[in-house]
Amino acid sequence: MSVAEQSIAGAEARGHGFLASSVGRKVVMAATGIILFGFVTVHMIGNTQAYLGAEGFNAYAKFLHSMLHGAGIWIFRAVLLTAVGLHIWAAVTLTLDNQAARPVGYRAQQSIASTWASRTMRWSGVILAVFIVYHLLHLTTGTVHPNFDHTNPYANFVSGFKVPLAAGFYIVAQLCLGLHMWHGVWSVTQSLGLAHPRYDSLRRSFATGLTLLVVGVNITFPIAVLTGFIH
Amino acid sequence: MSHKSMNLTLHVWRQKNAKCDGKFVEYKADGVSPDMSFLEMLDVVNEGLIGKGEEPIEFDHDCREGICGTCSMVINGRPHGPKERTTTCQLHMRSFKDGDSITLEPWRAEAFPVVRDLVVDRTAFDRIIAAGGFITAPAGTPQDANALPIPKENADLSMDAAACIGCGACVAACPNASAMLFVSAKISHLGLLPQGQPERYLRVRDMVAQMDAEEFGTCTNHGECEAACPKGIKMENIARMNRDFIKASLTCRPTTTGGGAG
Repeated sequence: MSVAEQSIAGAEARGHGFLASSVGRKVVMAATGIILFGFVTVHMIGNTQAYLGAEGFNAYAKFLHSMLHGAGIWIFRAVLLTAVGLHIWAAVTLTLDNQAARPVGYRAQQSIASTWASRTMRWSGVILAVFIVYHLLHLTTGTVHPNFDHTNPYANFVSGFKVPLAAGFYIVAQLCLGLHMWHGVWSVTQSLGLAHPRYDSLRRSFATGLTLLVVGVNITFPIAVLTGFIH
Repeated sequence: MSHKSMNLTLHVWRQKNAKCDGKFVEYKADGVSPDMSFLEMLDVVNEGLIGKGEEPIEFDHDCREGICGTCSMVINGRPHGPKERTTTCQLHMRSFKDGDSITLEPWRAEAFPVVRDLVVDRTAFDRIIAAGGFITAPAGTPQDANALPIPKENADLSMDAAACIGCGACVAACPNASAMLFVSAKISHLGLLPQGQPERYLRVRDMVAQMDAEEFGTCTNHGECEAACPKGIKMENIARMNRDFIKASLTCRPTTTGGGAG
């Protein structure tokens, strides 16, 4: 088969669909990434109400459960679950493709431009997935919580973080979130084609700023409980 | 030549053909002049091997002036060696020190099978080009150069992308063996000019489909490709390719037939 004939065969694969293509799956990764970064940002802002005390925090929890007559939280959950599912699907299939693309590695490959965050995306992602499951079992269902009270989220929050091992895992997970977000937020702009020399430095600083804000504030919650600032 | 000659140890990947397993073999390169190019150093080593009746180290090379992109090899873990924006043939031995140990490996990618030693088969790139890296140009007398107005910025960006010599260093450097810098350079080079417009959105879908069919990896935005590119192709091109691909996928329509002709 000549080069041209082989290419025609490839061109016929053009109809192989957006979701099957490499760039298409990168777009799915980026679009679901925006939903997830948006969520963690709102989640962080909501949680700052822990500093207002039991009344404010519990009222916020009640609001989340009652908005749109209770349908609101389920809409949020459905959107998040779909986003997480698609994000993991894109990550797994792309990772398998990438590993297949280099079956034999180098004896000594030097990294020039990549960062520790970019090289550990898969690991930070896996740790975050484990953390999310733990977090839901801990403070949403209370399954792994020592003394869970469905009517008092604030008390669950405080007593949950009083266990140093649990608080430690939250802190480690937040550091992973930081690595994941720092590379991810920037990557979103690249995967969606939002590059322009005029805004390039802004893309980097936006990723750094959002990461520091979300992770910086989130990390204060377990620390505030451990040090007795929130009690 | 005032520089002293150097003695080096080479660890070279030797592989008979695509089917055989390869291994690293150690060679001494003694009395190397710092003014030699890297390929000239290999030529000298090969002369020694031939003199001893051994098989010379196979490596690709052609123009030896940094414009053909043939001299593919990974030197100490970096495609084309340690110097930025420099192909292997333009790399000089003065970039190394006496007593240095140098590891030489072929481009590593499923899409670039090893032919022999450091030589890989890069026809996957040719098939990607044949899938859409062209324009429909009217044959005949060329029109006046200024008949088609082109903004200076577009002409510059297009020429920057057209500097790609298709060497494959981007694939070799990418931890995922992705060819997106190469493909995006070709898409940008044509897509930024008026001559490239008729096939612009068909081209991006065809070339990405061919790139996927060749089993290259995908971009995870490490930036290793940009750092390794001997011609300084920017990652902005990948963003442009993604942009064009998204637009092409959102707006593609079934093949039109009538065209007002009845």
